[in-house]
Amino acid sequence: MLFYVLGGIAVIASLLVVGQRVPMYSVLLLIVSFIGLAGLYVLLDSPFAAVTQIIVYAGAIMVLFLFVVMLLNAPREEALVRSTLGVSIGGRPLRVGAILALVFLAELLWAFWRAGRTTVDAGEAVASVSSVRQIGVELFTTHAFAFEVTSVLILVAMVGAVALAKRHL
Amino acid sequence: MDLVYIAHIGVILFTFFMLLNSAAVLVLMERKVAAFLQQRLGPNRTGPWGTLQPVADILKLLFKEELRPLAADRWLFALAPILSVTAAFSAFAVVPWGGTTTLFGLLPEPVPLRVADVNVGILVLFAITSMGIYGIVLAGWSSNSKYSLLGGLRSSAQMISYELSYGLALGAVLLLGNSLSLTDIVNQQSGYWFGVVPRWFIFIQPLGFVIYMIAGIAETNRAPFDFPEAEQELVAGYHTEYSSFRFALFFLAEYVNMVTVSAVATTLFLGGWHGPFLPEWLGWLWWLAKLFALLFFYIWMRWTLPRYRYDQLMHFGWKVLLPVAVINLLLTAAAVLYWG
Repeated sequence: MLFYVLGGIAVIASLLVVGQRVPMYSVLLLIVSFIGLAGLYVLLDSPFAAVTQIIVYAGAIMVLFLFVVMLLNAPREEALVRSTLGVSIGGRPLRVGAILALVFLAELLWAFWRAGRTTVDAGEAVASVSSVRQIGVELFTTHAFAFEVTSVLILVAMVGAVALAKRHL
Repeated sequence: MDLVYIAHIGVILFTFFMLLNSAAVLVLMERKVAAFLQQRLGPNRTGPWGTLQPVADILKLLFKEELRPLAADRWLFALAPILSVTAAFSAFAVVPWGGTTTLFGLLPEPVPLRVADVNVGILVLFAITSMGIYGIVLAGWSSNSKYSLLGGLRSSAQMISYELSYGLALGAVLLLGNSLSLTDIVNQQSGYWFGVVPRWFIFIQPLGFVIYMIAGIAETNRAPFDFPEAEQELVAGYHTEYSSFRFALFFLAEYVNMVTVSAVATTLFLGGWHGPFLPEWLGWLWWLAKLFALLFFYIWMRWTLPRYRYDQLMHFGWKVLLPVAVINLLLTAAAVLYWG
Protein backbone atom coordinates (compact mmCIF):
# COMPACT_ATOMS: atom_id res chain seq x y z
CA MET A 1 0.00 0.00 0.00
CA LEU A 2 2.66 2.47 1.13
CA PHE A 3 4.75 1.32 -1.82
CA TYR A 4 2.08 2.47 -4.27
CA VAL A 5 1.65 5.82 -2.52
CA LEU A 6 5.40 6.58 -2.52
CA GLY A 7 5.94 5.12 -5.98
CA GLY A 8 3.00 7.18 -7.24
CA ILE A 9 4.47 10.36 -5.77
CA ALA A 10 7.84 9.65 -7.36
CA VAL A 11 6.38 8.82 -10.79
CA ILE A 12 3.84 11.65 -10.95
CA ALA A 13 6.38 14.21 -9.71
CA SER A 14 8.91 13.02 -12.32
CA LEU A 15 6.32 13.33 -15.10
CA LEU A 16 5.43 16.82 -13.92
CA VAL A 17 9.13 17.80 -13.92
CA VAL A 18 9.16 17.25 -17.67
CA GLY A 19 5.72 18.81 -18.17
CA GLN A 20 6.38 22.07 -16.31
CA ARG A 21 7.04 25.29 -18.19
CA VAL A 22 8.53 27.17 -15.23
CA PRO A 23 12.05 25.82 -14.54
CA MET A 24 11.75 26.62 -10.83
CA TYR A 25 8.74 24.31 -10.47
CA SER A 26 10.63 21.57 -12.33
CA VAL A 27 13.46 21.76 -9.82
CA LEU A 28 11.06 21.58 -6.87
CA LEU A 29 9.12 18.67 -8.34
CA LEU A 30 12.38 16.81 -8.86
CA ILE A 31 13.03 17.21 -5.13
CA VAL A 32 9.57 15.78 -4.40
CA SER A 33 10.39 12.85 -6.66
CA PHE A 34 13.68 12.24 -4.80
CA ILE A 35 11.88 12.28 -1.47
CA GLY A 36 9.41 9.71 -2.81
CA LEU A 37 12.36 7.53 -3.81
CA ALA A 38 13.88 7.95 -0.35
CA GLY A 39 10.60 6.69 1.11
CA LEU A 40 10.87 3.60 -1.10
CA TYR A 41 14.37 2.96 0.27
CA VAL A 42 12.97 3.04 3.80
CA LEU A 43 10.40 0.44 2.76
CA LEU A 44 13.28 -1.67 1.44
CA ASP A 45 14.77 -1.65 4.94
CA SER A 46 17.77 0.52 4.16
CA PRO A 47 17.33 3.79 6.07
CA PHE A 48 20.95 4.73 5.38
CA ALA A 49 20.40 4.80 1.62
CA ALA A 50 17.20 6.78 2.14
CA VAL A 51 18.85 9.44 4.29
CA THR A 52 21.86 9.70 1.97
CA GLN A 53 19.47 10.12 -0.94
CA ILE A 54 17.90 13.11 0.80
CA ILE A 55 21.17 14.65 2.02
CA VAL A 56 23.07 14.27 -1.24
CA TYR A 57 20.44 14.54 -3.96
CA ALA A 58 17.48 16.41 -2.48
CA GLY A 59 19.70 18.52 -0.22
CA ALA A 60 23.04 19.30 -1.82
CA ILE A 61 22.70 18.76 -5.55
CA MET A 62 19.25 20.28 -5.93
CA VAL A 63 20.29 23.41 -4.02
CA LEU A 64 22.95 23.85 -6.70
CA PHE A 65 20.33 23.42 -9.44
CA LEU A 66 18.08 25.90 -7.68
CA PHE A 67 20.93 28.40 -7.52
CA VAL A 68 21.63 28.10 -11.23
CA VAL A 69 17.96 28.49 -12.16
CA MET A 70 17.58 31.44 -9.79
CA LEU A 71 20.72 33.26 -10.95
CA LEU A 72 20.03 32.72 -14.66
CA ASN A 73 16.47 33.84 -13.97
CA ALA A 74 15.31 31.33 -16.57
CA PRO A 75 12.07 32.43 -18.22
CA ARG A 76 9.05 30.26 -19.02
CA GLU A 77 9.86 27.79 -21.75
CA GLU A 78 8.02 28.27 -25.02
CA ALA A 79 5.85 25.53 -26.47
CA LEU A 80 7.41 23.26 -29.06
CA VAL A 81 7.30 24.29 -32.69
CA ARG A 82 4.67 22.20 -34.49
CA SER A 83 5.45 21.07 -38.02
CA THR A 84 2.82 20.68 -40.73
CA LEU A 85 2.56 16.98 -40.00
CA GLY A 86 1.27 17.76 -36.52
CA VAL A 87 4.23 16.00 -34.94
CA SER A 88 6.38 18.16 -32.69
CA ILE A 89 9.86 18.47 -34.07
CA GLY A 90 12.32 20.72 -32.28
CA GLY A 91 15.92 21.66 -32.88
CA ARG A 92 19.00 19.52 -32.53
CA PRO A 93 18.93 19.28 -28.68
CA LEU A 94 15.52 17.64 -28.89
CA ARG A 95 16.71 15.06 -31.37
CA VAL A 96 19.70 14.22 -29.20
CA GLY A 97 17.26 13.92 -26.29
CA ALA A 98 15.08 11.54 -28.25
CA ILE A 99 18.05 9.29 -29.03
CA LEU A 100 19.11 9.31 -25.39
CA ALA A 101 15.57 8.42 -24.32
CA LEU A 102 15.60 5.44 -26.69
CA VAL A 103 18.94 4.27 -25.31
CA PHE A 104 17.62 4.50 -21.75
CA LEU A 105 14.46 2.63 -22.71
CA ALA A 106 16.54 -0.18 -24.20
CA GLU A 107 18.68 -0.27 -21.06
CA LEU A 108 15.60 -0.40 -18.86
CA LEU A 109 14.06 -3.26 -20.85
CA TRP A 110 17.34 -5.17 -20.67
CA ALA A 111 17.45 -4.63 -16.90
CA PHE A 112 13.91 -5.95 -16.54
CA TRP A 113 14.74 -8.96 -18.68
CA ARG A 114 17.81 -9.69 -16.55
CA ALA A 115 15.99 -9.14 -13.27
CA GLY A 116 13.47 -11.77 -14.28
CA ARG A 117 16.19 -14.37 -14.91
CA THR A 118 18.62 -13.94 -12.02
CA THR A 119 17.70 -14.44 -8.41
CA VAL A 120 19.39 -12.78 -5.45
CA ASP A 121 19.38 -14.24 -1.98
CA ALA A 122 17.16 -11.62 -0.31
CA GLY A 123 18.36 -12.23 3.24
CA GLU A 124 22.01 -11.84 2.35
CA ALA A 125 21.36 -8.74 0.24
CA VAL A 126 19.38 -7.01 3.00
CA ALA A 127 21.98 -7.79 5.66
CA SER A 128 24.75 -6.35 3.52
CA VAL A 129 23.10 -2.96 3.04
CA SER A 130 21.13 -2.44 6.23
CA SER A 131 23.86 -1.55 8.71
CA VAL A 132 25.95 1.59 8.37
CA ARG A 133 28.96 -0.24 9.76
CA GLN A 134 28.70 -2.94 7.11
CA ILE A 135 28.36 -0.38 4.33
CA GLY A 136 31.49 1.35 5.61
CA VAL A 137 33.49 -1.87 5.85
CA GLU A 138 32.39 -2.99 2.37
CA LEU A 139 33.18 0.42 0.89
CA PHE A 140 36.69 0.57 2.30
CA THR A 141 37.71 -3.06 1.73
CA THR A 142 35.94 -4.80 -1.16
CA HIS A 143 35.15 -1.66 -3.14
CA ALA A 144 38.12 0.43 -2.03
CA PHE A 145 39.50 0.80 -5.57
CA ALA A 146 36.21 1.98 -7.06
CA PHE A 147 35.73 4.32 -4.12
CA GLU A 148 39.16 5.93 -4.52
CA VAL A 149 38.81 6.21 -8.30
CA THR A 150 35.45 7.96 -7.87
CA SER A 151 36.97 10.46 -5.45
CA VAL A 152 39.79 11.22 -7.89
CA LEU A 153 37.19 11.63 -10.66
CA ILE A 154 35.26 14.18 -8.58
CA LEU A 155 38.49 16.00 -7.71
CA VAL A 156 39.42 16.18 -11.40
CA ALA A 157 35.98 17.58 -12.23
CA MET A 158 36.36 20.19 -9.50
CA VAL A 159 39.85 21.25 -10.60
CA GLY A 160 38.63 21.36 -14.19
CA ALA A 161 35.72 23.63 -13.27
CA VAL A 162 38.02 26.00 -11.40
CA ALA A 163 40.55 26.02 -14.26
CA LEU A 164 37.82 26.79 -16.83
CA ALA A 165 36.32 29.53 -14.68
CA LYS A 166 39.70 31.10 -13.85
CA ARG A 167 40.46 31.65 -17.54
CA HIS A 168 37.69 34.22 -17.73
CA LEU A 169 38.57 36.04 -14.54
CA MET B 1 -5.55 0.27 22.29
CA ASP B 2 -3.10 -0.48 24.98
CA LEU B 3 -1.87 2.03 27.50
CA VAL B 4 1.76 2.15 26.34
CA TYR B 5 0.67 3.01 22.81
CA ILE B 6 -1.46 5.89 24.07
CA ALA B 7 1.45 7.07 26.22
CA HIS B 8 3.72 7.12 23.15
CA ILE B 9 1.25 9.31 21.28
CA GLY B 10 0.95 11.47 24.39
CA VAL B 11 4.73 11.98 24.47
CA ILE B 12 4.73 12.96 20.78
CA LEU B 13 1.91 15.48 21.20
CA PHE B 14 3.50 16.86 24.37
CA THR B 15 6.85 17.32 22.57
CA PHE B 16 5.12 19.15 19.72
CA PHE B 17 3.19 21.36 22.11
CA MET B 18 6.25 22.23 24.18
CA LEU B 19 8.26 23.01 21.04
CA LEU B 20 5.48 25.37 19.94
CA ASN B 21 5.50 26.96 23.37
CA SER B 22 9.27 27.26 23.46
CA ALA B 23 9.05 29.94 20.76
CA ALA B 24 6.78 32.03 22.99
CA VAL B 25 9.06 31.53 25.99
CA LEU B 26 12.08 32.45 23.89
CA VAL B 27 10.48 35.67 22.64
CA LEU B 28 10.04 36.80 26.22
CA MET B 29 13.50 35.53 27.20
CA GLU B 30 15.10 37.30 24.24
CA ARG B 31 13.50 40.61 25.15
CA LYS B 32 14.20 40.30 28.87
CA VAL B 33 17.83 39.22 28.40
CA ALA B 34 18.36 41.98 25.85
CA ALA B 35 16.95 44.47 28.34
CA PHE B 36 19.16 43.05 31.09
CA LEU B 37 22.29 43.30 28.93
CA GLN B 38 21.46 46.88 27.96
CA GLN B 39 20.42 47.94 31.46
CA ARG B 40 16.78 48.48 30.53
CA LEU B 41 13.62 47.02 32.05
CA GLY B 42 12.22 45.29 28.97
CA PRO B 43 8.53 44.46 28.58
CA ASN B 44 6.75 44.92 31.93
CA ARG B 45 3.22 46.16 31.14
CA THR B 46 1.52 42.98 29.89
CA GLY B 47 1.00 40.66 32.82
CA PRO B 48 3.28 40.29 35.84
CA TRP B 49 6.95 40.83 34.84
CA GLY B 50 5.80 41.08 31.22
CA THR B 51 4.98 37.39 31.02
CA LEU B 52 1.98 37.92 28.73
CA GLN B 53 4.10 39.81 26.17
CA PRO B 54 4.42 36.81 23.77
CA VAL B 55 0.62 36.43 23.77
CA ALA B 56 0.23 40.09 22.88
CA ASP B 57 2.89 39.78 20.18
CA ILE B 58 1.22 36.76 18.60
CA LEU B 59 -2.24 38.37 18.65
CA LYS B 60 -0.81 41.49 17.06
CA LEU B 61 0.80 39.41 14.29
CA LEU B 62 -2.38 37.46 13.61
CA PHE B 63 -4.54 40.56 13.24
CA LYS B 64 -2.22 42.25 10.77
CA GLU B 65 -3.08 42.42 7.09
CA GLU B 66 -1.83 39.55 4.95
CA LEU B 67 0.07 41.10 2.04
CA ARG B 68 1.38 39.49 -1.12
CA PRO B 69 3.27 41.46 -3.80
CA LEU B 70 1.52 41.41 -7.18
CA ALA B 71 4.62 40.15 -8.96
CA ALA B 72 5.18 37.34 -6.47
CA ASP B 73 4.82 33.69 -7.44
CA ARG B 74 1.59 32.85 -5.65
CA TRP B 75 2.19 29.14 -4.91
CA LEU B 76 5.80 29.30 -3.86
CA PHE B 77 5.17 32.43 -1.80
CA ALA B 78 2.63 30.48 0.24
CA LEU B 79 4.70 27.30 0.32
CA ALA B 80 7.96 28.81 1.60
CA PRO B 81 6.96 29.57 5.22
CA ILE B 82 5.22 26.20 5.51
CA LEU B 83 8.39 24.42 4.35
CA SER B 84 10.52 26.34 6.85
CA VAL B 85 8.30 25.54 9.78
CA THR B 86 7.79 21.88 8.81
CA ALA B 87 11.52 21.30 8.53
CA ALA B 88 12.16 23.04 11.85
CA PHE B 89 9.61 20.92 13.71
CA SER B 90 10.44 17.57 12.12
CA ALA B 91 14.16 17.96 12.84
CA PHE B 92 13.40 17.78 16.55
CA ALA B 93 11.74 14.38 16.17
CA VAL B 94 14.98 12.42 16.61
CA VAL B 95 16.13 14.28 19.74
CA PRO B 96 15.49 12.44 23.03
CA TRP B 97 14.73 14.76 25.96
CA GLY B 98 14.60 12.33 28.86
CA GLY B 99 15.12 8.75 29.93
CA THR B 100 12.09 6.54 30.38
CA THR B 101 9.03 6.99 32.55
CA THR B 102 6.25 4.82 33.89
CA LEU B 103 4.29 7.88 35.12
CA PHE B 104 4.66 6.77 38.78
CA GLY B 105 3.77 3.19 38.00
CA LEU B 106 0.65 3.95 35.97
CA LEU B 107 2.07 2.30 32.86
CA PRO B 108 2.89 -1.41 32.67
CA GLU B 109 6.26 -0.77 30.97
CA PRO B 110 8.54 2.28 30.78
CA VAL B 111 7.91 4.72 27.93
CA PRO B 112 10.91 6.58 26.47
CA LEU B 113 10.67 10.37 26.45
CA ARG B 114 11.28 11.06 22.76
CA VAL B 115 9.37 11.08 19.50
CA ALA B 116 11.39 8.51 17.57
CA ASP B 117 14.60 6.56 18.01
CA VAL B 118 15.95 6.17 14.48
CA ASN B 119 19.14 4.15 14.15
CA VAL B 120 20.51 6.74 11.71
CA GLY B 121 19.21 9.61 13.87
CA ILE B 122 22.00 12.11 13.27
CA LEU B 123 21.80 11.67 9.52
CA VAL B 124 18.03 12.20 9.63
CA LEU B 125 18.63 15.43 11.51
CA PHE B 126 21.13 16.46 8.87
CA ALA B 127 18.78 15.58 6.01
CA ILE B 128 15.88 17.57 7.46
CA THR B 129 18.09 20.57 8.21
CA SER B 130 19.20 20.62 4.59
CA MET B 131 15.53 20.66 3.55
CA GLY B 132 15.01 23.77 5.69
CA ILE B 133 17.21 25.77 3.29
CA TYR B 134 14.54 25.49 0.60
CA GLY B 135 12.02 27.44 2.65
CA ILE B 136 14.37 30.41 2.82
CA VAL B 137 15.58 30.21 -0.79
CA LEU B 138 12.02 29.96 -2.08
CA ALA B 139 10.86 32.83 0.11
CA GLY B 140 13.65 34.95 -1.38
CA TRP B 141 12.93 33.97 -4.96
CA SER B 142 9.15 33.96 -4.96
CA SER B 143 8.79 37.43 -3.42
CA ASN B 144 10.23 38.89 -6.64
CA SER B 145 12.03 41.64 -4.74
CA LYS B 146 15.75 42.39 -4.83
CA TYR B 147 16.16 42.48 -1.06
CA SER B 148 14.41 39.17 -0.63
CA LEU B 149 16.41 37.53 -3.41
CA LEU B 150 19.74 38.72 -2.04
CA GLY B 151 18.75 37.66 1.46
CA GLY B 152 17.70 34.21 0.25
CA LEU B 153 20.92 33.73 -1.73
CA ARG B 154 23.11 34.84 1.14
CA SER B 155 21.36 32.67 3.62
CA SER B 156 21.55 29.54 1.50
CA ALA B 157 25.23 30.15 0.69
CA GLN B 158 25.90 30.63 4.39
CA MET B 159 24.00 27.53 5.44
CA ILE B 160 25.68 25.34 2.83
CA SER B 161 29.13 26.60 3.85
CA TYR B 162 28.62 26.05 7.56
CA GLU B 163 26.79 22.76 7.18
CA LEU B 164 30.14 21.14 6.34
CA SER B 165 31.81 22.18 9.60
CA TYR B 166 28.59 21.31 11.45
CA GLY B 167 28.64 17.81 9.97
CA LEU B 168 32.34 17.28 10.69
CA ALA B 169 31.89 18.34 14.33
CA LEU B 170 29.05 15.82 14.63
CA GLY B 171 31.26 13.21 12.92
CA ALA B 172 33.84 13.44 15.71
CA VAL B 173 31.12 12.71 18.29
CA LEU B 174 29.87 9.78 16.23
CA LEU B 175 33.34 8.26 16.37
CA LEU B 176 33.38 8.57 20.16
CA GLY B 177 29.83 7.36 20.62
CA ASN B 178 30.23 4.60 18.03
CA SER B 179 26.59 4.97 17.06
CA LEU B 180 24.32 7.15 14.92
CA SER B 181 21.40 6.98 17.33
CA LEU B 182 21.08 9.96 19.65
CA THR B 183 19.67 7.83 22.49
CA ASP B 184 22.73 5.54 22.34
CA ILE B 185 25.09 8.50 22.40
CA VAL B 186 23.38 9.96 25.47
CA ASN B 187 23.58 6.64 27.28
CA GLN B 188 27.33 6.48 26.58
CA GLN B 189 27.72 9.71 28.55
CA SER B 190 26.31 8.45 31.85
CA GLY B 191 28.62 7.92 34.82
CA TYR B 192 31.74 9.74 35.99
CA TRP B 193 35.48 9.89 35.47
CA PHE B 194 37.43 9.62 38.73
CA GLY B 195 34.04 9.74 40.49
CA VAL B 196 33.74 13.51 39.99
CA VAL B 197 33.81 14.64 36.37
CA PRO B 198 30.71 13.60 34.43
CA ARG B 199 31.45 11.53 31.34
CA TRP B 200 30.20 14.21 28.95
CA PHE B 201 31.71 14.37 25.49
CA ILE B 202 32.43 18.09 25.87
CA PHE B 203 35.40 17.18 28.06
CA ILE B 204 37.01 15.05 25.35
CA GLN B 205 35.70 17.14 22.47
CA PRO B 206 36.01 20.78 23.60
CA LEU B 207 37.08 21.91 20.12
CA GLY B 208 34.24 19.96 18.54
CA PHE B 209 31.76 21.70 20.83
CA VAL B 210 33.07 25.16 19.91
CA ILE B 211 32.96 24.32 16.19
CA TYR B 212 29.46 22.91 16.58
CA MET B 213 28.15 26.01 18.37
CA ILE B 214 29.68 28.45 15.86
CA ALA B 215 28.34 26.48 12.91
CA GLY B 216 25.00 26.08 14.69
CA ILE B 217 24.63 29.84 15.18
CA ALA B 218 25.49 30.35 11.50
CA GLU B 219 23.01 27.62 10.48
CA THR B 220 20.16 29.31 12.31
CA ASN B 221 21.06 32.72 10.85
CA ARG B 222 21.45 34.36 14.24
CA ALA B 223 23.71 37.27 15.15
CA PRO B 224 26.66 37.70 14.67
CA PHE B 225 25.93 35.74 11.48
CA ASP B 226 22.53 37.25 10.65
CA PHE B 227 23.39 38.44 7.13
CA PRO B 228 20.23 37.17 5.48
CA GLU B 229 18.34 39.83 7.39
CA ALA B 230 21.02 42.49 7.85
CA GLU B 231 18.70 45.45 8.20
CA GLN B 232 21.11 48.15 7.05
CA GLU B 233 21.72 46.37 3.77
CA LEU B 234 18.69 44.22 3.03
CA VAL B 235 15.73 45.74 4.91
CA ALA B 236 14.67 42.38 6.38
CA GLY B 237 16.22 39.89 3.94
CA TYR B 238 14.25 36.91 2.69
CA HIS B 239 11.10 37.78 4.64
CA THR B 240 10.95 41.45 3.60
CA GLU B 241 7.68 40.93 1.71
CA TYR B 242 6.04 38.71 4.30
CA SER B 243 3.53 39.93 6.85
CA SER B 244 1.05 38.66 9.40
CA PHE B 245 0.78 34.89 9.89
CA ARG B 246 3.28 33.94 7.19
CA PHE B 247 5.88 36.14 8.84
CA ALA B 248 4.98 34.55 12.17
CA LEU B 249 5.77 31.15 10.66
CA PHE B 250 9.31 32.24 9.71
CA PHE B 251 9.71 33.68 13.16
CA LEU B 252 8.56 30.41 14.72
CA ALA B 253 10.90 28.40 12.49
CA GLU B 254 13.89 30.48 13.56
CA TYR B 255 13.20 29.93 17.26
CA VAL B 256 12.44 26.23 16.87
CA ASN B 257 15.70 25.84 14.93
CA MET B 258 17.56 27.50 17.80
CA VAL B 259 15.96 25.05 20.22
CA THR B 260 16.90 22.10 18.00
CA VAL B 261 20.54 23.18 17.64
CA SER B 262 20.81 23.68 21.42
CA ALA B 263 19.03 20.40 22.12
CA VAL B 264 21.39 18.49 19.84
CA ALA B 265 24.39 20.17 21.51
CA THR B 266 22.95 19.13 24.89
CA THR B 267 22.46 15.58 23.66
CA LEU B 268 25.81 15.10 21.96
CA PHE B 269 28.20 17.12 24.10
CA LEU B 270 26.59 17.79 27.47
CA GLY B 271 25.33 14.35 28.38
CA GLY B 272 21.64 14.84 27.58
CA TRP B 273 19.49 14.11 30.58
CA HIS B 274 22.36 12.74 32.71
CA GLY B 275 23.63 14.85 35.56
CA PRO B 276 24.61 14.73 39.23
CA PHE B 277 22.35 15.27 42.31
CA LEU B 278 19.00 14.53 40.65
CA PRO B 279 17.40 11.06 40.58
CA GLU B 280 17.12 9.34 37.20
CA TRP B 281 13.41 10.08 36.71
CA LEU B 282 14.02 13.83 37.07
CA GLY B 283 16.66 13.76 34.31
CA TRP B 284 14.57 15.95 32.03
CA LEU B 285 15.16 18.81 34.48
CA TRP B 286 18.90 18.56 33.75
CA TRP B 287 18.08 18.47 30.07
CA LEU B 288 15.99 21.64 30.35
CA ALA B 289 18.65 23.42 32.41
CA LYS B 290 21.37 22.66 29.86
CA LEU B 291 19.07 23.60 26.98
CA PHE B 292 18.24 26.98 28.48
CA ALA B 293 21.87 27.67 29.36
CA LEU B 294 22.72 27.24 25.66
CA LEU B 295 19.74 29.33 24.57
CA PHE B 296 20.85 32.07 26.95
CA PHE B 297 24.30 31.87 25.31
CA TYR B 298 22.63 32.35 21.92
CA ILE B 299 20.87 35.53 23.05
CA TRP B 300 23.94 36.75 24.90
CA MET B 301 25.98 36.43 21.68
CA ARG B 302 23.35 38.35 19.74
CA TRP B 303 23.48 41.38 22.00
CA THR B 304 27.24 41.33 22.54
CA LEU B 305 28.90 40.82 19.16
CA PRO B 306 28.58 43.08 16.11
CA ARG B 307 27.65 41.52 12.77
CA TYR B 308 30.50 40.21 10.61
CA ARG B 309 31.02 41.36 7.05
CA TYR B 310 29.85 38.88 4.41
CA ASP B 311 33.32 38.20 2.98
CA GLN B 312 34.68 37.74 6.52
CA LEU B 313 31.98 35.15 7.13
CA MET B 314 32.90 33.16 4.02
CA HIS B 315 36.61 33.50 4.75
CA PHE B 316 36.11 32.31 8.33
CA GLY B 317 33.82 29.44 7.33
CA TRP B 318 35.95 27.98 4.58
CA LYS B 319 39.51 28.87 5.58
CA VAL B 320 39.40 28.65 9.37
CA LEU B 321 36.45 26.65 10.66
CA LEU B 322 36.47 23.89 8.03
CA PRO B 323 40.22 23.05 8.30
CA VAL B 324 40.00 23.09 12.10
CA ALA B 325 36.96 20.78 11.94
CA VAL B 326 38.80 18.39 9.60
CA ILE B 327 41.85 18.29 11.88
CA ASN B 328 39.61 17.71 14.88
CA LEU B 329 37.92 14.81 13.10
CA LEU B 330 41.24 13.25 12.04
CA LEU B 331 42.73 13.56 15.54
CA THR B 332 39.60 12.04 17.08
CA ALA B 333 39.67 9.20 14.57
CA ALA B 334 43.35 8.51 15.32
CA ALA B 335 42.72 8.58 19.07
CA VAL B 336 39.71 6.25 18.80
CA LEU B 337 41.76 3.88 16.64
CA TYR B 338 44.66 3.93 19.12
CA TRP B 339 42.81 3.67 22.45
CA GLY B 340 39.39 2.44 21.38
